[in-house]
Amino acid sequence: MEALTSRSAQVSRKPMSLAERLFLPAIFKGMGITFSHIFKKQPTIRYPEQRREFSPVFRGLHVLNRDEEGRERCTACGLCAVACPAEAITMEAAERLPGEEHLYREEKYAAVYEINMLRCIFCGLCEEACPKDAIYLSETFAPANYTRKGFIYGKDDMVIPNVKTDPEGFAKAKGSPRNN
Amino acid sequence: MSDTTLFKVTIDNISIDVPAGTTILNAARMIGGDVAPPAMCYYSKLEGSGGKCRTCLVEVSKGSEKDPRPMPKLVASCRTTVMDGMEVKNITSPKVVDARAGVVEFLLLNHPLDCPICDQAGECHLQDLSYEHGKEGTRYEFQRRTFKKHDLGKYIQLHMTRCILCYRCVFAADQLTGKREHGILDRGDHSEIATMIEKNLQNDFIGNVIDVCPVGALTDKTFRFKNRVWFLKPMNAHRDCPTCSGKVTLWNRGEEVFRVTARKDQWGEVEDWICNECRFEKKQSSDWTIEGPRLIDRHSVISQGHYAGTVGTHMPTETIEAVLNGRKPKLLMDIHEVSEVNRPKIELSKINGPAHSNNFNPDND
Repeated sequence: MEALTSRSAQVSRKPMSLAERLFLPAIFKGMGITFSHIFKKQPTIRYPEQRREFSPVFRGLHVLNRDEEGRERCTACGLCAVACPAEAITMEAAERLPGEEHLYREEKYAAVYEINMLRCIFCGLCEEACPKDAIYLSETFAPANYTRKGFIYGKDDMVIPNVKTDPEGFAKAKGSPRNN
Repeated sequence: MSDTTLFKVTIDNISIDVPAGTTILNAARMIGGDVAPPAMCYYSKLEGSGGKCRTCLVEVSKGSEKDPRPMPKLVASCRTTVMDGMEVKNITSPKVVDARAGVVEFLLLNHPLDCPICDQAGECHLQDLSYEHGKEGTRYEFQRRTFKKHDLGKYIQLHMTRCILCYRCVFAADQLTGKREHGILDRGDHSEIATMIEKNLQNDFIGNVIDVCPVGALTDKTFRFKNRVWFLKPMNAHRDCPTCSGKVTLWNRGEEVFRVTARKDQWGEVEDWICNECRFEKKQSSDWTIEGPRLIDRHSVISQGHYAGTVGTHMPTETIEAVLNGRKPKLLMDIHEVSEVNRPKIELSKINGPAHSNNFNPDND
C-alpha cells in the first residue's frame, strides 16, 4: 500500500542492543538537554510583580472618555452597539437638563451604558465606530472571577476620572506615554 | 392635446411611454431603481412641492423629437415635464453626478451634522444622499446658522439648524389641515420654519409634518432620544381610528411601542396620512392589531439584525414551562440584579417626552 505521507517511518522490530538495554546513555542524554536550559534565557516572567509590555495595538477594557472640560463625550448614538459583533453593548439615552451642561458635552447623553465583558471579544469595532471619540480600549484586561456577576461594566466602571475634579485619578487612568 | 397622449421618453437608455404632463422625475420613478433621481423637497402627495432642493437635477441630452437640441443647463427633473422623444441622462451623465455632489455639499453647508444626537439618523434622506455621494463630511469652517428655539407644542420638536428649507412641512400643513398655522419666516439665510407669535401646532393631522421632513428638523417629541431607529423592530399595524385610516408602522422593542409612524413607500413617501391620536397617544401594543413585520430595504441600517419574513416576530409556544408541565426553569442569575439597562420600573416608551436624569435616579424606584 502506498504511504499517505513521505514522512512515515517503518517500525523497527529489531531486538535492542546492549547500550540500548542499559538505558543509561538515553537517560543522560535527556538530562543533559534539561540541564542545558538552566543556562538559557528565561522566557517566563513573574506576573504580578513583573508585567509584560503590551503591543501598541493591544485592546483591553473599555474607557469612556471625557473632553478637556471634563464633560462626558458619549452621546448614546448607538453606533458602537450596532457595530458590536458580539452585541455586548447596551445603552439608554437621556436629554441633558439645564444645569447639567458641565457634565455632558451634547444635548443627549448616555444615562445608562453597559458592556457585558463576558460577551465582548475586544475587537475594537466600537472604538472605530464612535463618531465622538468617546470610547477607547485601554491596556488593561478584564480581571478573572469565579462568578458571572461583576462582568457587566456600567458607567461607574468605565468613565475616565474627571480632569477638573480629580486630576490625579485622571493622570493615573491616562497612564504614562509610551516610549516607542 | 388630450390627456391620453403618450410621450416616449428615454431615461438612462431605458425607454418608457408616459402620459403628457408627467415630470421627468415621475417618469423615472415609473422605471424605478437607480434611474429615479433623489428628491429632498419633491413629494408626490403634496401639491406644489419640488423645485427647491436641486438634488433631482438631470441632463436633457435631447429636448424632443421636434427640437432635438439638448437643454443648455441641468434641469430640475421634479419640475420639468417630458416631451415626446426626450432623452434624459441621470446617473449615466458625469455632469449630473458631479452637480448633485455639489448640491449635497451646499445642503450640508449649514447642516450641523449632529447625526449622533439626531433621532432621524438611520432614516434620514440627507444622510443617505450625502453618503451616496461621498460627501458625508464638510469643508465649511465658519459659524453655522443659529436660531432662536421655537416651541411647536408637546408633540413636535423643531430643530431649525437641521432644516434644509424644503417647504414640505409647509405644504403638508397647508394641504392636510384646515387651518395653516406655520410657515417660513424671514428670507434668505435667515429664513426659518416657525409659527407666528409662538403658537403651538395642534391640528389633528399636524403630526404628519414629522414624516414628510426629509431631515431631522421636525421630530417626534414622544420618541425623542428614546432609542435609535435601528434597534427597533418596524411592524405593520392598524387600528380602528375614527379620524384616519389607522394604518401605521409601529416601531417596537419587545412588546414596547416606542414610536408610531405612517407607512412609507419605496420613495420614502407616506402612503396614508395618520392622525395625531394614532401617532402620539397610542403607545400600548394592546391598542394595535399587528399585521407583521415591515419590509425594510436591506441596504438600510434599520434592517441590520432583522431576519426576513416573520422570523423572530412571534413568541415561542414550546417553552420549558409548557414542555415540563408548568415547571419553571431554574435561573442562576437575575439580569436585573447586575444590569441597569431595561430596568422593569423604567418604561422609556411610557415617559412623555425625552427621559432625563431624574427618570434614571435610583431613588425613584
